[in-house]
Formats: sequence, structure tokens, C-alpha cells
Amino acid sequence: MVEAPRPRHSFLVRVTHWLITIAFLALLVSGLEIVVSHPRFYWGETGNENTPTLFKIAIPSSRDTVPTGYGYVLPDENGWSRYLHFQSAWLLVLTALVYAVAGLFSGHFRKNLLPSLSDLSPKKLVSSIARHLRFARPSAEEAWSYNVLQRLTYLLVIFVLFPMIIWTGLAMSPSFVSAVPAAVNILGGQQSARTLHFFLTLALVLFLLVHVLMVLLAGFRNRVRAMITGRVAEPLEQA
Amino acid sequence: MNKVSRRKLIATGLAAAAGASGLVVAAKLAERYGLIPPDSSGVYGPGETLTYAAQRLLTRHSLAREFPRTDISKDPFANEVDPLGVEFQRLRQGGFADWRLTVDGMVARPASFSLADLQGFPSRSHITMIQCEEGWSYIAEWAGVPLSHVLEQVGALPQVRYVVYRSFQHGWWDSLDMGDAMHPQTLLAYGMNGDQLPVKFGGPLRMRVSRQLGYKNVKYITRLTLTDNIKSFGKGLGSASPEAGYAWYAGL
Repeated sequence: MVEAPRPRHSFLVRVTHWLITIAFLALLVSGLEIVVSHPRFYWGETGNENTPTLFKIAIPSSRDTVPTGYGYVLPDENGWSRYLHFQSAWLLVLTALVYAVAGLFSGHFRKNLLPSLSDLSPKKLVSSIARHLRFARPSAEEAWSYNVLQRLTYLLVIFVLFPMIIWTGLAMSPSFVSAVPAAVNILGGQQSARTLHFFLTLALVLFLLVHVLMVLLAGFRNRVRAMITGRVAEPLEQA
Repeated sequence: MNKVSRRKLIATGLAAAAGASGLVVAAKLAERYGLIPPDSSGVYGPGETLTYAAQRLLTRHSLAREFPRTDISKDPFANEVDPLGVEFQRLRQGGFADWRLTVDGMVARPASFSLADLQGFPSRSHITMIQCEEGWSYIAEWAGVPLSHVLEQVGALPQVRYVVYRSFQHGWWDSLDMGDAMHPQTLLAYGMNGDQLPVKFGGPLRMRVSRQLGYKNVKYITRLTLTDNIKSFGKGLGSASPEAGYAWYAGL
């Protein structure tokens, strides 16, 4: 193994990656736990057991007031779930701020994430998609740089999904929206914000699954080591 | 260890020391300006303190959204409460004529008000949303006397920092900081949607805190106690909620 002259991922990217991983998993577990207390979703400003739903999730609930069809009620775990959800949200937001500011000034977004114009040509895009669909193993150079689909996906996650999920989360806070009513009014109401928050969670979980699958396919040990220590073993994935 | 890394080490050490003393100063300032919630101890204390401090700085004077009459929910929902007992039934049969709200603690003139007394004070109403921490919600028109008016009537002392409120429901109590206690939308509510506040929704008297979740809006209020030392109530966490695992501050 030859030690690389520069790290595959900068120190800042590595640290913020794992802090956000911890925060996201804590948010996911606590968020799902909160959903269990009312697995019904609505659109607009309000919704409750007496009003029609947009959709329901067919899971048991931790409240006996929710008609689920199950003959039992799960224990109420909302107290610590809510504490953990908001503490993890702070970890996520503060880490993301450090990452975003540093990423702008260090050129991380421009150099590593912004696709080149030539990569965005339909031909290149189609060939990249085809390679992914064939589960073709990445070339050696791809161990040092992101391909166009990765770049577009990461940009979507970083600049659309995460900001949106933070926004829709804040839009559910009665106190926050008293100061910034537009945050919820634009979304069409507090229950709409809650429903969007749920769909954004699904989108991020889908990203997480594909992300982990891709890491597995590309060489789990090498990729995870690169994200922990910054080092990449060479030659890469020739086997 | 070479020179550069030693220099780096010293710089890092100095930065850490500056950061640590900065934190101490920040904590002192936060305490002084009322940015530390009563349940700031424990493993979730840091997140809770950040939330409460940020909300207090951002929302000091903001008003909860008010809605047009057409947005009032036709079918509001309320969680069932445990049976309130024979004494409550007796009061209910008497039309709550004997219901009393006791106000004590750090006040110039301790007092006890009947519902008629409270209804004789200037009233205020607003059409606002109430949200349960579980995720459901409804909009209603709430009518009552602003809590700030009652606090003025009894001569709240200037050093008061919290208003503790107790429910007829055994073991239910909570507290508000002065920001929410003096907030123009905070009501001792006795009316809902143009009628008397139904028992199911907390009648005859409910604390209506427009910028916080349902569980802060305690039903069946019987007593207010004004204090400068919230630690002397219950387990010192500010309300019954943290004792049951829920955050004291319920603004989100």
C-alpha cells in the first residue's frame, strides 16, 4: 500500500461526514418514534383523528386514540425521542453550517461537487447512468474524484434535501413560525410541512441506502477507510 | 515532533483555552438573560438550552399566527383525561360557580378569583392553532383574560421569573417564564368558539399559551404561584413534563 500524497477527503469533509451521519441516524430513529404516536398525515393547516387523512401508515401506534386496527398500543417513547430529535438537529445544523462555509471558501463545492459542463451533455449522462445500471465497477480514477451522477446527487442532497428538511422541521414549530410566519405559509400550512418533512425523510433514507450500496459495490473497506483516515490504498479496485 | 507541529499544538491549546473560557462567559450571560431552561441538566441539556435560548432571542415579542374565522376547525379533537373525581363533578353540577383560581407566591396581594371575577376582567380572544406533540392539530377561537392582567391585579413583584400553574388533575403542573406569562396572547381561557370552554377541552379554565404545544396548555387551572426560584418546585425541572420525560419548553 502506497500512502497517497494528499488525502482523498479533506479533514473537514471527513469529520463533518461522520458527525452528520451520527446526527442523521439519531434524527431518523427519534423521528420514526415520534411518527408512531400519530401515523396519520394531512395536507393544509390542521388535521386530527376527527378529520380525513391524506394517507395513513399501517403500523401500530403509541397512542390508544389512534384507530390503527391493531389490538395493542406501543409504549410512549416521545419524551426522549423529542429531546434527542432536537439535540441531533442542532448537531446537524451546526455541523452543516461549518461544512457549508468551509466548502465555499475552500473550493470544495466548486472543485469536487460541481459537474463540468461537458459532463452534463446528454451523451455523457446517459453513459454514466448506463454504467450505474450495469453495476459496472468504477474506474481507478473514480476513486479520486466523483462522477457526474455522484456530483448531481450530492448537490441535491446538500443544497435541496437537507435545507428543505430543516425548513419543514422549523415550519412545524409554533414558536418559530410566530417569528417567521412565511416559513409555514409558503408550504401551505403546518400539516403540509409535517407531511413534506416525512417525504423528505424518505428521500434521504433512499439516498442513504443507495449511498451505502454504492460504497459496498465500489469496495467497502477502501471507501470507508478513505472517509475515516483520508488514505486510499493503490492500486484501486483492480481485482 | 518538529517545529511546525509544536507551533500548531500551542496554537490549538490556546484556541481551546479561549474556547473554554468563551463558553463559561457565554453560560454566565445566558443565565443572566434568562436563556437557560429549568431542565438544562442531563444528557439532552445542551440541545434543550440551544433551542430555548435561540427561540427566546428570536421570538421575544412575536405573536402566534392568527387565522380568519373560516379556518376554525369544525371537528376539534381532545385527548381523554383521567376521571377528575367526585369533587370535580360537584363543581361541574354547580356550573363551576364555586371554581376558584388561587394566586399566591411573590405577589403584593394574594387573591382568589371565581370564574365570574375572571370573566369580569377585560377579555381577549384569538383564533389560533393548537398542536399536540404527537402531530395532530386544530384551530379554535379562544377567549379569556390575559394572564398578564391577572398578574397586574395581584401586584406581581419585580423579581418574579416564573409563573407556576397547577391543574385540578392531580400531579399536573407547569410553569411559564415571564416572556410567555406577559405575552399578549397568553390567556386564562374560559371560552372556546363563542361558548363556554367544554370540560373536554379544559373547561372551566385552561392555560392557553399560543406559541407552545398542547401539553403546555394545561387544563383545569386552579392555582398560580409566582416565584423567582423554579428549582423549589417538584424535582426542580420546571414542570411535571420533564419529570415524565418531556421537555419543559414546548415551543417546537
